[in-house]
Amino acid sequence: MQRPTLLVPPLRSRLDTKKPEFQENRTAMLEKLSKIDELLDEAAAGGGPAAFERLAKRGKLPVRERVGLVLDPDSPFLELSGLAAYGSHYTIGGGSLLGIGVIAGVECVIFANDASVLGGALTPHVGKKWERALEIARDNHMPYVSFVESAGADLRVRTDGQKGQSAGSTGASLNHFAESGRFFYEMIELSKLEIPTVCVVFGSSTAGGAYQPGMSDYNVLIKKQSMIYLGGPPLVKMATGEESDHETLGGAQMHTDVSGLGEYLAEDESDAIRLCREIVSHLNIRKPGPPPSFRAEAPILDSEELLGLVDPELRRPLDIREVIGRVVDGSRFEEFKARYGPTLVCGWASIHGYLVGILGNNGPLFPESAEKAAHFIQLNNQIDVPLIFFQNLTGFNVGKDFEEAGIIKKGSQMINAVTNSTVPHLTVILGASYGAGTYAMSGRAYNNRFTFIWPSAKIAVMGGAQIAGVMSQVRRAQAARKGLEFDEAADAETVAKVAAIQDAGSLALMATSAISDDGILDPRDTRTVLGICLSAVRNTPVEGAPNYGVFRL
Amino acid sequence: MSFQTLLVANRGEIARRVMRTAREMGIRSVAVYVDADRDAPFVGDADVAVRLETSYLDGDAILEAARRTGAGAIHPGYGFLSENAGFARAVESAGIAWVGPSPEAIETMGDKLAAKDLAEKSGVPTLPMSADLTDDEAVGYPLLVKAAAGGGGKGMRIVESSDDLERAIEAAQREAQVGFGDDRVFLERFVSRARHIEIQLLGDGAGNLVHLGERECSIQRRHQKIIEESPSPRVDAELREKMGQAALELGRALAYRSAGTVEFLVDDETGEFWFLEVNTRLQVEHPVTEMVTGIDLVREQLRVARGEPLEFTQSEVRFEGAAIEARLYAEDPARGFLPATGTLAALDTRDAPPVRWDSGVEAGSVVGVDFDPMLAKVIASGPTRSEAAGRLALSLERTHLGGMRTNRDFLVAVLRTPEFLAGDTTTDFIDRVEPPRELQVSEAERELALRLAALFVQGENRAAAPVLTEIPSGWQNGRMPAQQISFGQGQERFVVRYRSTRNGNFTFEDGTVARIHHWAPHSLDAEIGGLRVRSRITRAGQDLVVQCPFGDLLLRQEPRFQPPGSGETGGGLEAPMPGKVIQLHVAVGDSVRAGQTVAVLEAMKMEHPMDAPEDGVVTEILVEIGQQVESGTLLVVVETKTDS
Repeated sequence: MQRPTLLVPPLRSRLDTKKPEFQENRTAMLEKLSKIDELLDEAAAGGGPAAFERLAKRGKLPVRERVGLVLDPDSPFLELSGLAAYGSHYTIGGGSLLGIGVIAGVECVIFANDASVLGGALTPHVGKKWERALEIARDNHMPYVSFVESAGADLRVRTDGQKGQSAGSTGASLNHFAESGRFFYEMIELSKLEIPTVCVVFGSSTAGGAYQPGMSDYNVLIKKQSMIYLGGPPLVKMATGEESDHETLGGAQMHTDVSGLGEYLAEDESDAIRLCREIVSHLNIRKPGPPPSFRAEAPILDSEELLGLVDPELRRPLDIREVIGRVVDGSRFEEFKARYGPTLVCGWASIHGYLVGILGNNGPLFPESAEKAAHFIQLNNQIDVPLIFFQNLTGFNVGKDFEEAGIIKKGSQMINAVTNSTVPHLTVILGASYGAGTYAMSGRAYNNRFTFIWPSAKIAVMGGAQIAGVMSQVRRAQAARKGLEFDEAADAETVAKVAAIQDAGSLALMATSAISDDGILDPRDTRTVLGICLSAVRNTPVEGAPNYGVFRL
Repeated sequence: MSFQTLLVANRGEIARRVMRTAREMGIRSVAVYVDADRDAPFVGDADVAVRLETSYLDGDAILEAARRTGAGAIHPGYGFLSENAGFARAVESAGIAWVGPSPEAIETMGDKLAAKDLAEKSGVPTLPMSADLTDDEAVGYPLLVKAAAGGGGKGMRIVESSDDLERAIEAAQREAQVGFGDDRVFLERFVSRARHIEIQLLGDGAGNLVHLGERECSIQRRHQKIIEESPSPRVDAELREKMGQAALELGRALAYRSAGTVEFLVDDETGEFWFLEVNTRLQVEHPVTEMVTGIDLVREQLRVARGEPLEFTQSEVRFEGAAIEARLYAEDPARGFLPATGTLAALDTRDAPPVRWDSGVEAGSVVGVDFDPMLAKVIASGPTRSEAAGRLALSLERTHLGGMRTNRDFLVAVLRTPEFLAGDTTTDFIDRVEPPRELQVSEAERELALRLAALFVQGENRAAAPVLTEIPSGWQNGRMPAQQISFGQGQERFVVRYRSTRNGNFTFEDGTVARIHHWAPHSLDAEIGGLRVRSRITRAGQDLVVQCPFGDLLLRQEPRFQPPGSGETGGGLEAPMPGKVIQLHVAVGDSVRAGQTVAVLEAMKMEHPMDAPEDGVVTEILVEIGQQVESGTLLVVVETKTDS
């Protein structure tokens, strides 16, 4: 039964938008957003106009149009890791399009190769995005729809994962070939878990690419366009000396009429997309997750003001309630243990009608706040309510008093609760995400369902200045031990350099480049994105943990 | 003769109209209906309805229905059995009151030749005519070939010269045979700058007989009236008196009982008038008389049928203001007013300006080929003729109507021509003035309609979404293509592209911003580029009837995907309407020239020549004589001639 709203009254904002800090924050945020806008344009341009033209001449649609066409008209589409490979030698966007979209009324994970980028070759970023796509499908039990057009492995990358001729320090993977190929395992696993996999082959799908249709439940092939073979004519000639042409070796007609690799033969791209929609419409997807408990209600506080909340240097504190009040239904937030462990705000709200438990940082984690978190997480597991983590913390607090108060013990309780919690976790990193705090607040490594970051986020073991300072102190101690004179000037220079390098590496764009999150959010989209994710996670039952590890009390 | 139950031996709007007055008078109503009308509103309006196995012309079945339901009176409406003296007689001998004139009067006036004789004897001028079909020189050209038993324009042909006479006579005879079961036709002089003006008579058969002034019905297409009014702008008090007296003379000679109409042809220039015929029934256009006199003609008919005397004398009849009626037809003015069929998806009238709707249909009504395609009559009155015309035009324009072709936009155009407003209404009005046959839509207006439709469909899509229902429409965080929807309008195809923005607005390709204030399954209240429009929108399959400030536009939503093999088939000559093939003038291999009649289709009891669209050779004939075809059926394939 759907109830109108939570009973708690709306939060009242203490934000003063007239203050210069607000305006400074806002300006900095808008600058970052405008940079991201440019990067999104760049990503959408894929391999560039010439590549697009070349594809168009062969009757091929750009990848975004293909995906646009398969989606239900006017349905939302959440693109994930759109800025993958930023700053690398590869084209930004990671040569593929990944997102959650609605096809025939069904939420699906859609992963599509961008043939304009290296012919859709399997670069390290394509690979990581692909793995993430499969993970999302598996964790959230959503059908997996792939639009395949891939030249196979990027043969310019050496077997040890390092770049060959166009070598560079970023972008290459550390994985050895022997560790790769996990995708195929995971695709087959989806099928076993009763998660249907639908594959449309838009072009050549060679070698590694060939196993994508191979491992899918349904394959749609396009006349005179889809080409699937383990080895193309050049490789076949190399291997056996056999002369062959593309069409007889792996053409759509051959695979639907003779080999049986394809189930559906499409006339053209549009027809293939139509067939894909028809297939999804028969998948008999029934969402087990409960529908929204409450009527969705826009926040009373203005979401535009989210732009002015975060200090770009992360020095000025942020009251997380100002964020919560601009994201949740009716700005209603029922706070739990408000007076205890106040550096972590816990409480309940609904987003697009979905009841959630929210944990948000209002400073570093103290022993009491960690204890409160462990309690709160268990409560939500008891009542099967998903958790939202708003991260903005410099870590667990350090110092004699805190060690005595059991910061390690209490922090471990929190990590135990987070680790063993089985309700879906959604994490949004607004500002700092440092040290073990990243883990305790259900960071990416803690099997959360989705992680999004604001452009203002910084993710690292600790702040750049702290790292540089710690290293300076270590040098100073070494010098003292060796009885050497300490070069203050040289040290100051090193400290500044290290801080700058560390800061650059901690930036949101670097994190998102490495696909260590699901994408950068415009803060104003936080509510919408969480709403989409809260619906997505309900493709699998929302069930709390029956038990935990032993709590160190 | 008193009665508590009235059987209405008719259908559609007139059945409803008669039942409305009967109910007001405390009289029960019985409807009769055939299967094609089983869902028609008039059936539901009646207190009880009896299904006819045969047709509305089956007098025996109707009498049986009257007996079965205890009906003490039968009102025949117009058409069908209304001017069938044999039926009137059978009704009276069954002891049931006949709501109409005496069978003798019907009989006399039913024979056009006898009627003319009586008119001449009564001193009423008549047009030169002859029953001798070779007597065309005496009648003079242009002349009319008319069915002796006819009415309503059926079995009627204008002939300009003796060359065309023979063919016209043949066609008129054929139509007369089909329409009235009587193929007798005669010749009559045709007055080109003429007005059709008629006098309403009302008598109690006991010596009281009054006329209720005139109605002008000059605006006609295919010899059928489409706009009627009272008073006539051509008739002054003196002419009214003269015509009224002539009509009364004739009525007295018939000892006329109930409502009847004496039709005259009036020479626009001289004001001379000639007797045409007497319609011994209630006329379609009777409401305009009711509106200017305040007299309910059906009530008077029912009172007279009960044997009550008229309550007023000629001098007590008052005329106030002006009234105009427009007949709303399912037809295609742009294609020679060919009758149209289909489902009237949208019919939603507005309260203002106040007009009278005598309607036989409602939203969702299916209009087939079985009956006359008149959907409704809309009647407006006002203190002046121009106010009445303005009200009628605005009211028609503001009505949300569509799903099939109608003459609504044409009626509005007619009512707004300077010629109509000046009272310059002769029977050749449509050919002379040439009001636009279709809604004239500017590019900006069409754009508005397309955008309203796109936003409306957007709302439908969101309302139908099973998941992510609360997420803003079309939200996306990447660089996905704009939402795209295609509509066909007429032969053209339009694509609308738009994006949603974070604040809930929509932006079209040219940067125009739209905001939806309210979406509902049948309406859209939106602001597009600063223009706030509250539009009613009705979906019928892929068709959308979109109401805009200038009228309704029919847009066909094109599917996003075309399954292979669903493409269009080749050209040729297609049936423009459902009907029966009655003639085929060509054989495979024949050469034809553009405009040459290759086949004749009979529909709505009229013959429609099917002409070759261009010069060519007949390569295929896909139908045979007697075959019933649907609208759009390919009849004949004509391959274009090439010089090589």
